Amino acid sequence: MDLIINLVINGLATGMLIFLLASGLTLIFGLMSVLNFAHGGLFIWGAFTGVWAYQTSGSFTLGIGVAIVTGLVLGVITEKLIVRPVYGNHIQQILITLGFMLVLQEFIKVVFGPNQKAVFPPAFLEGSFIVGDIVFIKYRIFIIIVGLLVFMVASYILRRTRIGLIVRAGVMDKEMIQTLGVNIKVIFMSVFMIGSALAALSGMLHAPYSGVIYAEMGLEFSILAFIVVVIGGMGSFTGSMLAALLVGLAQAFMAYYFPALSLAVNMILMTIVLIFKPQGLFKVEGGAR
Amino acid sequence: MMSSLLSVKNVEAFIQQYHILHDISLEVQSGEVTVLLGRNGAGKTTTLRTIMGLNKVSKGDITYNGEQIINEQPYRIANKGIGYVPEDQGIFGELTVGENMRVAVKKEDERTTKRMEWILDLFPDLKKYWKKQGGQLSGGQKQMLAIARAFVNENDLLLIDEPSKGLAPIIVEKVTESIQQMKEHATILLVEQNFQMASNTGDHFYIIDDGQTVLNGKMNELQENQELKRKYLGIL
Repeated sequence: MDLIINLVINGLATGMLIFLLASGLTLIFGLMSVLNFAHGGLFIWGAFTGVWAYQTSGSFTLGIGVAIVTGLVLGVITEKLIVRPVYGNHIQQILITLGFMLVLQEFIKVVFGPNQKAVFPPAFLEGSFIVGDIVFIKYRIFIIIVGLLVFMVASYILRRTRIGLIVRAGVMDKEMIQTLGVNIKVIFMSVFMIGSALAALSGMLHAPYSGVIYAEMGLEFSILAFIVVVIGGMGSFTGSMLAALLVGLAQAFMAYYFPALSLAVNMILMTIVLIFKPQGLFKVEGGAR
Repeated sequence: MMSSLLSVKNVEAFIQQYHILHDISLEVQSGEVTVLLGRNGAGKTTTLRTIMGLNKVSKGDITYNGEQIINEQPYRIANKGIGYVPEDQGIFGELTVGENMRVAVKKEDERTTKRMEWILDLFPDLKKYWKKQGGQLSGGQKQMLAIARAFVNENDLLLIDEPSKGLAPIIVEKVTESIQQMKEHATILLVEQNFQMASNTGDHFYIIDDGQTVLNGKMNELQENQELKRKYLGIL
């Protein structure tokens, strides 16, 4: 039983990290029809700048703050300079964002050096605690709590506030929402910034979780995030949460019981979903739910 | 003399490489319902979309309340007080009726609340299905929601594109009645193929043929002119 619970916690923690990365990606795709392959670049920049601030100052909270600010700033740059000129053209979007992803990845090496960096959780999140006979690793629980909080806050905003309604409506019909007096460019930019900040936050939280960060991890996580977006339904916020947890749990259990299949499990999941539900677990009539 | 709220002069517009509007000129007088008539593909919908800023104007002038609105962003045009009901109704299918209305409200004040109450009295079905998703409404209910949404703000001008399209005759009657009531509160530019509805609501008409306004006048004059109706509208 302990083993199962620990595998579930591992899976949920991994799933939450993927969710943070994928949620921004799915909103950006749903609202703007943009395939942003540079999203993983924001993940690594969040990780490296956040870890730099954390290790320099000793404050983990400051590290998270710096990662989020980095995500916001890079989000503005990516949207304005890279994505805006290629709205409506998916082929150009894939090429230019993939190119920008590589630029971001290589630039990490220029700024922070080419070597991997070891990262440890802050003292207050280090170690574990025991409930009954079960050992809980603090940092994993912390990631699960942060992921849940982000999901709840974002869901509340999307469902209960006017700005959330505008985003959801914009995902469904960009033209109509403009004729109701909404400046869609401002909404696009805001969603892009928030999505980028979530990616950067995910990168920062991932650092102490994996214990090591390196420039190439952005591309690896990007692929995971895309798989999650496809499984969840492109544009569906709730779908990305469920799909991320599914992928995280599948990875955790496969890695233990069938290690040889642990890398293939995501692709298998995606293939199954695409065969039976080509539009993903949550069919999106436009978008974000 | 009545003032012209909207003035469109010699407008030309393209959709991609296709030259759709060749020479559109029309005046919409305050407090009236002006109807754009014409056969399918004549350019009526494109005219409304061009006024709303959804198509670029390549030549000509559009002024609203004396102010140039040519090639302005659609949201700016909407914020000047123009409401738009597109041909496909533009309902946000996954939002509820209430959310479709809320997303349109620009200012939450007492006047808007009163307006909302008035419009919900006009379309009681919307109140009844307030929590139902827009995508699950019938064609007539969607049309009512689209009109209500455009009307909930204090827009001076409503652009309504074929409200009778695909609706049962009894629903068309209801929509006609509602447009007649709204006429007291806003100026309306209506695109309509259903001549019965057009003549029951319209004060003035413009006939568009092959992207050009070819004729205009008072609706009652057109009603009596069988020759014109046959020539431009195919009504025998």
